[in-house]
Amino acid sequence: MNDSLTVALAGNPNSGKTTMFNALTGARQHVGNYPGVTVEKKEGHCEHNSDKLHVVDLPGTYSLTAYSLEEVVARDFLVHERPEVTIDIVDASNLERNLYLALQFLELGIPVVIALNMIDVAKSRGMSIDADKLSELLGVPVVPVVARSSKGKTELMDAALSVAKKQQKQQPFEISYGEDLDSAISEMKALISKAHFLTDTYPARWTALKYLEEDKQILEKGRETDPQVAGKLEKIVERVKHHINTTMDTYPEALIADHRYGYIHAIMKQDILQRDDNSDRMYFSDMIDKVLTNRILGPVIMLLILMGLYQFTFTYSEVPVGWCESLFGWLGGVADVALPDGLLKSLVISGVIDGVGGVMGFVPLIMFMFFGIAILEDTGYLARVAFMLDRVFRIFGLHGSSVMSYIVSGGIAGGCAVPGVMATRTLRSPRERLATLLTAPFMNCGAKLPVMALLIAAFFAKHEAFVMFVLTLLAWAVALMASRLLRSTVITGESTPFVMELPPYRLPTMRGLLIHTWERTWQYIRKAGTVILGISILVWAMMTFPGLSDESVQQFDQQRKAARTAQPEAAQELDAAAEDAELSAAAGELQETLEGIDRKEAETALRNSVAGRVGTFLEGVSSLAGFDWRTNIALVGGFAAKEVIVSTLGTAYSLGEVDPEETGALPDTLAASPGWSPLVALSLIVFVMFYAPCFVVVVCIVREAGSWKWGAFSMVFNTVLAFALAVAVYQLGGLFV
Amino acid sequence: MKKQHGLRQMKVKQKGVIVAVNAKGELGRRIRDMGLVPGTELKVTGRAPLKDPVALRLKDFTLTLRNNEADYITVETEGE
Repeated sequence: MNDSLTVALAGNPNSGKTTMFNALTGARQHVGNYPGVTVEKKEGHCEHNSDKLHVVDLPGTYSLTAYSLEEVVARDFLVHERPEVTIDIVDASNLERNLYLALQFLELGIPVVIALNMIDVAKSRGMSIDADKLSELLGVPVVPVVARSSKGKTELMDAALSVAKKQQKQQPFEISYGEDLDSAISEMKALISKAHFLTDTYPARWTALKYLEEDKQILEKGRETDPQVAGKLEKIVERVKHHINTTMDTYPEALIADHRYGYIHAIMKQDILQRDDNSDRMYFSDMIDKVLTNRILGPVIMLLILMGLYQFTFTYSEVPVGWCESLFGWLGGVADVALPDGLLKSLVISGVIDGVGGVMGFVPLIMFMFFGIAILEDTGYLARVAFMLDRVFRIFGLHGSSVMSYIVSGGIAGGCAVPGVMATRTLRSPRERLATLLTAPFMNCGAKLPVMALLIAAFFAKHEAFVMFVLTLLAWAVALMASRLLRSTVITGESTPFVMELPPYRLPTMRGLLIHTWERTWQYIRKAGTVILGISILVWAMMTFPGLSDESVQQFDQQRKAARTAQPEAAQELDAAAEDAELSAAAGELQETLEGIDRKEAETALRNSVAGRVGTFLEGVSSLAGFDWRTNIALVGGFAAKEVIVSTLGTAYSLGEVDPEETGALPDTLAASPGWSPLVALSLIVFVMFYAPCFVVVVCIVREAGSWKWGAFSMVFNTVLAFALAVAVYQLGGLFV
Repeated sequence: MKKQHGLRQMKVKQKGVIVAVNAKGELGRRIRDMGLVPGTELKVTGRAPLKDPVALRLKDFTLTLRNNEADYITVETEGE
């Protein structure tokens, strides 16, 4: 829409910004990313009195420094895209701190309307706010609203539109920063105005302030634009800094913040806010916290809630996951009947349908997980989890919130790293977030379980439960240690400050939860779907091409023919028999012989394929961990999905495709094979637990980390680590056995 | 009698007023953005099960910070 007006929504986190966004746009919204960064960009449309509006929900921030990605994104949008009006959503029950950001918008000189949100909550706490007086003092419209119930929405949009249509240049707000800074600011401002230094984008005074705050982004821009002026400005800043440091033992940035808060404090004193109650009143939230963050009860309740989330995600999603599986199973069946045998059929069934089915199979899981997390997030409980666990996770360079991602990924065996990696979105600290999403795939996800179950059944049948328990602990230990390692090597940097708001407990709205869940899920389907289909076809091709030579195909045909001619009657009976018909002893025997030849052919074909050749080629190295070429091929196939390891092992051992849930003869075959021993099995279990995540997870890592670099890193790093551990198990174990 | 000391030394339920914030860089900015500036009244509402981080109530909201971050903040409390 070209002629539509752009309205930006800005404000503190937890100020009800997203609720207002949902109230305005309803389902007409779209979630994307800001170019080049992983910060979410939410846009939508709405109409007000026949005006078409383009609404953008900016990331929630406390300030407009260059300190976090969210803040840079928000302020870049405001100065470069120049929305016709910015609605600053302010939490009325927490006015002082929220006005700190509002003041910065005013200083930036952009057209602003302030929405006093949650005015009902403020009232219930005995506060009354004089909106007209506030509007008068700040020089912008102030409208009381309740975003949850859309109260005041019309008045707000009326005010916003009248500001937007005026198209007047808003005069940047000026406040005093004390004698020392004020004189420096005027000196700098004169210099800036005269040289037209960055004045196309920022008000002169604002640039001067940012220089005093030593704002990285502005300093860099300044040097690029006009090194001479930039140099002069920096010199002034040096001088002021030195002066303030010696006379007041502080620095300009701190002084600026103090004055902003001082200014707000002075405004509030002019009868803006009345409290009919002493301020020490215990709010409802504090009472809940007395229980939920209690020293003893707190952790117990948290464990129960996290287990509940896990149950909810994986148990209740079973039914829709089952629907998905039967749908794609049915599609596969249709294709099986409709298409002639050959490459096309194999491509459609094993490449396309299995690939897309694999992607769609995760959809219910993701929906359930995000719904559960949205509840924890919107109620405010997630911040308490981070609060309680921070001390433990900090040791490993992580954040208290990392626990969610770990548990969903399989910290309780049987999760899935796809929703686990996506769950890291709730983390606001960039380094901790990256470390979490790179290590979450070490957990024992549901697809690794069949592989473990197979090997445990074959070699450690007596101690099944105990081995599973030890493996769960091992997964946690390795994930945490790996994170520690990453944080001291690849993702270095101090831990992000924990300073975090504990938002008051709130009852989430169903509408908010559903919108939240749906947009995340849709994003997954849209972005991941295409890439995953491509990779699925690639893996299929690796395990199919090059096909067997004509010669060896003929050889197998001849073997079949020979078997048939040896028993002509049985062959006749077999051809005539219906699928489930009872066969005579001779025909049954012939059928088994023929199937044996088929399986032998499949094994030979697999060994001849690219994957097979890679597997054979790697045998020299992999024998250090006790893996032969058959295992190697299975591991290559496991990149598509870990449970494929079981079915591929079946093919490699000439048992035909093996159903991961129903391994049949495979455990016995493995146990009886000369190349296998409990030690090999243990080494393989360790390798499967920690090597490259399946490609669906890799695609998610790429999306969440924002670059292919991290996807590639996780494949290489995990595989090297897993191999080192497997070799250690095999070689050290060999000394004792 | 009033006395000044680090925020870390405050007990649960104790009240105080910030007199100085000495953190620089990212941490300092973050602390100030949240309204922890000199003159602000606060009360320690609780500590995490492992005694760290600490939860503070400011006038109209609650926030948490780690003990080593609290060390940068000097408060004035009513001594016993």
